[in-house]
Amino acid sequence: MVKVGVLALQGDFLEHIQILREIEGVEPVAVKRIDDLKGVDALVIPGGESTTIGLLLSSRGLDTKVVELAEKGLPIMGTCAGAILLAAKVADRVVGETNQFTLKLMNIEVVRNIFGRQRDSFISTVRVENIGLVKGAFIRAPGIKSAWPPARVTGYINHPSIGEIGVAAEQNNMLALTFHPEITGEKGVYKYFLSFIKR
Amino acid sequence: MKLVDSYVFLERLRELIYELLEFRDRIREAGGEVLPIRTGTPLVKYGFISMFKGGVIMDVTNEKQAEIAEEAGAVGVMVLDKLPYDVRMAGGVARTADLNVITGVMNVITIPVSAKCRIGHVEEARLLEEIGVDLIDESEVLTPVDEKSHINKWVFKVPFVNGARSLQEALRRIYEGASMIRTKGEPGTGNVAEAVRHMKIVNRDIAMLRGYYLSGDLEAIWLYAKENKVAYELALLTARLGRLPVVNFAAGGIATPADAALMMWLGSDGVFVGSGIFKSSDPESRARAIVLATTYYDDPEVVVEAQRMVSEKASMMGIDVRTLKPEQLMQVRGE
Repeated sequence: MVKVGVLALQGDFLEHIQILREIEGVEPVAVKRIDDLKGVDALVIPGGESTTIGLLLSSRGLDTKVVELAEKGLPIMGTCAGAILLAAKVADRVVGETNQFTLKLMNIEVVRNIFGRQRDSFISTVRVENIGLVKGAFIRAPGIKSAWPPARVTGYINHPSIGEIGVAAEQNNMLALTFHPEITGEKGVYKYFLSFIKR
Repeated sequence: MKLVDSYVFLERLRELIYELLEFRDRIREAGGEVLPIRTGTPLVKYGFISMFKGGVIMDVTNEKQAEIAEEAGAVGVMVLDKLPYDVRMAGGVARTADLNVITGVMNVITIPVSAKCRIGHVEEARLLEEIGVDLIDESEVLTPVDEKSHINKWVFKVPFVNGARSLQEALRRIYEGASMIRTKGEPGTGNVAEAVRHMKIVNRDIAMLRGYYLSGDLEAIWLYAKENKVAYELALLTARLGRLPVVNFAAGGIATPADAALMMWLGSDGVFVGSGIFKSSDPESRARAIVLATTYYDDPEVVVEAQRMVSEKASMMGIDVRTLKPEQLMQVRGE
């Protein structure tokens, strides 16, 4: 049995927990406090509002603990807002440079709301290295503009209005996805992520 | 059309579906991209609303307030011409906000921007969709134009939120295409009593339907649907889920961190704060405190910490709902 924490400060953590519950050998736990991180084998940072989750992470000291565990090799997956929170550099398409809080765990540069506003949100299938074809919900989604070692982009989308942009990236024990596999119920993503857990 | 024509139609439909599935499998084998980019589908709308869960959406009237809200950790803002309290005091006709103000707000913050349109005013909704608002609130705070028939929300690419003070109202709005429900409460009063009442009414009806479902009494669910003018499929779905089938926020009168935590305890997925923040004299710290109390509602220590961040002397004065005349109530608009 592996224990997978899902950061439950704000956002669609329930969707992640409900999918993880359906995977055999996985016990999902909601993480709101530092104590909740005790004994988790992996951590999922869900979708939501990255500014809100960032603020709540830093206001209760949860951020330092997560960074400490990540540096020790705890597998972390971030979807949408989660990917933003993992990124070293963040900007917004309209507003530009944001001075928002992130964990800065992955060497990636993301652009928030790159596809536009909610009316431009979409569902599409993308190919992600090691996972294959994934149907994902891109909801006010960010894009991965660049990555530098040890991080690398592992999936792209060719969008009609903005062209080719990164939607997935990996760096050692971490996986960033700019879309929501939890909304489309893509279990393959979770199975791949769970393979990060070293037994 | 003859009955056999419909059989032919259904047959063709079935063949069409199978052909599409085969086509999909062939493409998948060939390793090609399957889905084109599809915008505005119900899943895209419900999925977007799902991201608001556990968060606070704050009413704002200008860019400055929107920036304060974003910095305090709001998951979204709702742009109005006047805060609900001021709408109440001003009287007259309340309409959708100035489009230039909404666009101004969209250009300075990164979080989703919502705006209200009048109940039944399809054109206001179209305008809001056109300028790129992320969520439209068909709201009883504004003066309704057609209380008998709400907007058909299925035809919009932008998701809608509607108020409800009973399960019946909520299910009717969902049937019309609302992607999100909120309690109506009594807006602009700073008095959470009505929101509590509405949430409890909804919860009790859901518990009742759930009970019918668990005891296998589908006939009772059928009767409930018939008596309350709601779709049976939605009543059954609610009974199976044991909750509203879409995200449900609390709204109408939330003024303090304790109010927000109370609504979360009652099962809200998040809260809207209208006049509560910018009608108080400590909006910055109050906004932050309400965000904190909403996330950690189940941790009394943190709610205490949040409640200490605000002063009761700074809270909006508020209005006792019992002193309002029947024609002053906003919650009765549009059933």
